[in-house]
Formats: sequence, C-alpha cells, structure tokens
Amino acid sequence: MSNRKQQPDMKRREFLTKSVIAASTATIAPGVLLTTADANAATKAASSNTRWGMLIYTNKCADGCSSCVSACEKENGIDLVKKPEGHSDAMWDEQRPQWIRKVKLKDTQTGMVSNLPLMCQHCEEAPCVDVCPTGASFKRADGIVMVDRHICIGCRYCMMACPYKARSFIHADVAEQVVESPRGKGCVEACNLCANRLDAGDGNTACAEACSKEGHNAIVFGDLKDPNSAVSKVLKQSHSRQLREDLKLNTAVRYTNV
Amino acid sequence: MEKINYRELGCESPRFWTGMGVMAFLILLALVSVYHMEHNGHYVTGMTNQIVWGLPHVFAIFLIVAASGALNVASIGSVFGGPMYKPLGRFSSILAIALLAGGLMVLVLDLGRPDRLIIAMTKYNFKSIFAWNIYLYTGFFVIVGFYLWAMIDRKGKALYRPLGITAFLWRLALTTGTGSIFGFLVAREAYDAAIMAPMFIIMSFSYGLAFFIITLMAAYWWDDRKIGDVRIAKLRNLLGVFVAAVLYFATVYHLSNLYITQHHGIENFILLEGGVYTKMFWIGQVLIGGVIPLFLIYSPAFSASRFAVMAASVLVLVGGFFQIYVIVIGGQAFPMTLFPGKEVVESSFFDGMVNSYVPTLPEAMLGFGGVVVAMTIVAVAARMFPMLPDSLEDPDSI
Amino acid sequence: MHRLIDLKRVAVMMVASVLLSFATAAISDSTVVEGSKAAGMDKGGCVAPQMDMRRNHMEYLKHQRDEVVHKGDRSSKFALAECVNCHASKDKKGHPVPVNAKDQFCDSCHDYAAVNITCFQCHRKVPEEK
Repeated sequence: MSNRKQQPDMKRREFLTKSVIAASTATIAPGVLLTTADANAATKAASSNTRWGMLIYTNKCADGCSSCVSACEKENGIDLVKKPEGHSDAMWDEQRPQWIRKVKLKDTQTGMVSNLPLMCQHCEEAPCVDVCPTGASFKRADGIVMVDRHICIGCRYCMMACPYKARSFIHADVAEQVVESPRGKGCVEACNLCANRLDAGDGNTACAEACSKEGHNAIVFGDLKDPNSAVSKVLKQSHSRQLREDLKLNTAVRYTNV
Repeated sequence: MEKINYRELGCESPRFWTGMGVMAFLILLALVSVYHMEHNGHYVTGMTNQIVWGLPHVFAIFLIVAASGALNVASIGSVFGGPMYKPLGRFSSILAIALLAGGLMVLVLDLGRPDRLIIAMTKYNFKSIFAWNIYLYTGFFVIVGFYLWAMIDRKGKALYRPLGITAFLWRLALTTGTGSIFGFLVAREAYDAAIMAPMFIIMSFSYGLAFFIITLMAAYWWDDRKIGDVRIAKLRNLLGVFVAAVLYFATVYHLSNLYITQHHGIENFILLEGGVYTKMFWIGQVLIGGVIPLFLIYSPAFSASRFAVMAASVLVLVGGFFQIYVIVIGGQAFPMTLFPGKEVVESSFFDGMVNSYVPTLPEAMLGFGGVVVAMTIVAVAARMFPMLPDSLEDPDSI
Repeated sequence: MHRLIDLKRVAVMMVASVLLSFATAAISDSTVVEGSKAAGMDKGGCVAPQMDMRRNHMEYLKHQRDEVVHKGDRSSKFALAECVNCHASKDKKGHPVPVNAKDQFCDSCHDYAAVNITCFQCHRKVPEEK
C-alpha cells in the first residue's frame, strides 16, 4: 500500500474531465452555455467592449463637501490605514494614501472659484503603464488602470510619471484591510474605479454614489463605449475637457467648467 | 616602449585591515539603515507621496553615472589608441564595475519591496526604460568583466579591441538609459527635455574621471608607487575639458528652457527663488563643481600641484552630487502644473505647492554605504589581482 | 535507485500526513470552522477534495489572483477570502483569530513545511463582518 495511491492523480483526472466537458459542449449545448454565462453578470471578465469613465460637473461640486472622499476611504479601507505611533502629523499627511482628493481652484485672471474631485484619470495611454518595469501597472480591457500589487516592487517610477499625482505609496504596515481592497507596505496604489463593484455588476463607484446621495449629482459614471449610457449621453451634450489634454493621454475622467 | 609590469597593491596588512574594518563598519551601518527602513516602511525616511525619490536615488544615480564614466580611461586606451592610458585600463574597468555595483545596491535596497527583486528579473515591460536598464546594467557587468579578462589574460589578446569597442558602446547606451529615466517623464517640467540623455553622458565623463583620479592617486600613495608628471597632466587636462563640457550642457539646458515660456516657472524656481535648490545650483553645482575646479586645473599657479588635481577631482564629485540632487529632488519639489491659468486654493494632496524634503540619517547612511561598497570592491580587487602597473613613471619617449 | 527515491518519498509523505493530522487535531477535529459555508459541504468540506487542496491550493490561488486582478474575472471557486471565511477560527470570546496566526489553519502546515506565506501582508486575515 502506498500513500501516493490515495492521492488523486489530478493531472489525469483533470484531463479526463476537461475532455468530457469539451466534447459534450461541442456536440450538444453551445447555445445553452453561452446564455447561462451571460445571465450571470458577476462571472463575466472585463471586456474591451466597455470603457469605464466619468464626467464631473465642476459647477455642481459643492465647496466644503467631501462625501466622495470619505465614501472612497470607506469602500477601499483607506480609513483603516493608521498613522504609525509617534510619527509627526505633518509628515504623515504627506505620506498617507489618498485615492481621491478635493481641489479648490481660483482663476488667476477672473477670480472664479471652482471645486473638483481629482483621482486617477484612467488614461488610455497611461504614462504609469509605460514606465513600470515589471508590468505591475497595467490597463484592464475595460480601461481601468490599476496596480497588480503581487508584482509591484515599489520603485515609484509610476508616481514620477503620473501627471496627476494620482498614486500613493504605502509608507507603513497596515494592520487591517477590507476584503475587496488588500493593501500592504511597500507597494504603490491608486483609484481603480471600484473595480470590485463593477465586476460584481453594481455599475457605479462609491464616490459617484455618495455624491448623488448628497444631492449634488456632480459625478456621472458609466460606460463610455455604450452610446446609451448616462455618461455618454451627458458627454455628448456638455462641453467637457480632459486635464492636461496637451499630453494626449485620452483620459476616462472628464470635467466641465475648468 | 618599456614593458609594463602589473602588481597587486602591496601595503602592510595592519593598515589594509584597519581600512577594511572601517569600510565594513560603514557598510554595516548602511545595512542597519536598510533594515530600519524596510522593517518600518518608508515613513521613517523623508520621502513622501510628493517627493517619491529621495537621497538614496541621488546617491544611486550619481554612482551609476560615474560608473560608466570611470570606464572612459580604458576606452581611450583601447578604442582611441591612447598609449598613455592603456596601462590604466584594468583599474579603470574594475572601478567601473565597483561603482555600478555600489549604485545598484543603493537603488535596489531602497525599493518598497526589495524582497521581490526576483520579479524585477523575471517580469519585464519592454516599454519601460527601467526594464531596459536592468539589461543594460547586467550586460555592463558581463561585458566589462570579459574586457578586464582580455586585458589581463594573454589568451584574450585577440578579443581586447573588439571587447573594448563593445564596452564603450555599451556604456554610452547605459548612460543614455539612465538619463532617459528623467527625459521621458513628460509630465514634470524639469525633466521634459531630450537633452537630459546627452547631458548625463557628459556628466558621467566628468564624475567617472574624478573618481578615477582620486582612487588612482590614493592607491599609488598608499603603496608608495610613482606616477609621472606627464600622466597627471594628461588626466588633469582631460578633467578640465569634461568639467567645462558639463557646464556648457547645463547652460544650454537652462537657456533652452528659458526660451519656452511654459518652463519659466521651473527655471525661476531653480535659478532664482527655489531656496535650498537655488543655493545648491549656484554654489554647489556651478561654483564648487564647475568654476573652482576649472580654476584649480587651468590656473598656472597650480600647474605643478598634485594637491590641486586631487582637490579639483573631489570638488567635481561634490558639485556633481549637488547637480544630481537639484535634478532629482529639485525637479520633484517644484509643483506640476495641473490647471494652467488657475491657482490651487485648497488641496489635501499639496497640489500647486512647493514640496519640502528633509533627508533622514538612514537614507544618508544607505546612500553613503553604496560609495563605501564601491571603494571596498576596488581596494580588495587591487590588492588581490594585478590591477595597477608597478610604476606609472613617464615613458622616456612620448 | 528509482525505487529508493520512490520509497523515500512515500516515507516522507506518511510522516507528513501523520504530523498533519496531529497538527490539525490539536485545534479541532476538522480544519473547517463550525457553522461556516464549508462545514455544509461534503468531500472534506472544501471547494475541492482535501488532498487536492493540500497539494495544489497555491496554484489555484495564484491562477485565480491573476484572473481577478488582470481580467476582472471573479468566477473562480478558489478565492483567498473564502479560505479565510471558513478556516479562520474564533477564540473563546467569539472573536475571529487571524488565519495565519501561530498554530492556526495556515500556520500549522506552513510552519512545518517552512514555507513563508506572504498573502496576509496585504490581505485581510479574518472574515469580514457584514
């Protein structure tokens, strides 16, 4: 008697099962399989038929409101990142991660004041993706730019390259995380348009949801490639622009009135 | 021409081992710093989400740039056929390898996840100049290693010149790659210039030669060997040309930036109102790293002074360090223009503000550790292998 | 020669499984937390047969991680969060204990096999309370 006999021969078993499944799929039920896969949105992989993006109405973004920021922090567990004991507040303020931030601007000529949230702009031609030595910075098929923190070595070249300063480096150990947003010392991270929500089929981000809940409706999120999506419709009607459009990055986040 | 005898550096053991002990202690300090930084995370350094590359990167880039320059002496000997430089080829090669090793050590140990170095070696994004650099750096070790072998071993004689040419071309590519790390950062005004790559090459000539002169003179002083006046004069004149060329490139870089109205902000920052960076530029880079060395090199008053050559070389290195500091840190301290025509009134992420950076002791110790590692490699190699000619007295017929 | 290696391997396996059963028995009779999703499953209470999971969980998880991160495909039945949900035990006060803590589910084998787990440097170690 050998112990090895008790172990299932997985390679062989897998091969057999797979060939049986393949054969039956090919002969009897190709149509059935397709429909069942489609019916369950949660199991669909990101597709290049979609490009997630948003329009931000700067004129609707309220002065002093930061509900998008707190919603993001809660959704992605950023509020669980604690300052190391005995560290200076001022230093930590420059070192803590921020995925989205509120910026208040004043026109130097006219004095007009505007507010807007600023986060990763999810460029089509993302400089962070170009410079990453390991390919940890990458763009998903649906246009979301994100970091694979399993292969990020923490070189911070992407942070040097990003025109929007959208990325944060994790400067200290993180004691607790939320399931959907793992996080650890020594890697770079940034807004991922709540990819976990989108994959689950919830079609909205935490920031956009919070903004609507406040009644401001300054953020319209959706599929830029779907002409019938809310964001495509409003983009067609309003005059919007990209930040640093001179760099020709084709960002997925657009702004009005800046 | 007389035959050149190479011999291991012979200095008495107590002196050598004391020197080694001091260096080992400094390397140990660097390793303790690394442990401190990696165990706690980068919050214990002065680096932030605003200044993402700090003092370790200044040291690393400085050493890597100097490394490729240090190979120049060997290249002049084998590629450009300078008989006066040929005997110095071995030492020049080992110095290049040592400086690169020191610089890379600093660069790698400052990573957020140095434990994942294997990933950097196995996963590549070939659009990234960093990924290219990994090949350029490892290739440099291999090629210069073979080059060194061809210089030492009689069997390698046939390969000496081809390897010399390969090494020379490779080092040009390597420095171009290092310079391009910055040249390709289109978003940051300080770096958005193609002149960065050639400027880094000329900087490497200058720093590399300065390192070479210092280590060579120190080694010969250490072992009571002689260097002829003509050789010193040649090295000194060469250094003078390189220092002047660095100044010229810096001038062109800033002048061309001044021509572009969009870049007036960053120029105003570096040249006039950048506080510590302005001081580093004018006093460190221009005065200490340029004007004073040129004076020491070309003034007739010092024409016979070996001390002046040594001092000029040290000042070139100090000035060069400031130059890279201004490029790396100064370039990040100046805020990126995200909203042209607008002023940022409020932001939790310091948009539109000049960022401050105060380096901490561990960063400095790690960076300095890189220099010490380089010097240790040179010292050990020179003592164990026949790297340096017995005598560098001037040949009778020149 | 071949025989010998084979024998050695069998011996190591046997020792390993005996030790494994000790290690797990020290915590509870089952490696699965009572009342969890896996407790209701047959075949040893996991998404795949126990022996298969013991041998191949790292491959499954690594494959799944790439599918999720790069493709956004979350359909795989293998997920680290699910491991934690069913295998992180609770202390006497009912608080969940980190699954990688000393002598807990992950550690009991990984400590023996001297394989360092890096998952929980970033991933949540206890089930999320809904």
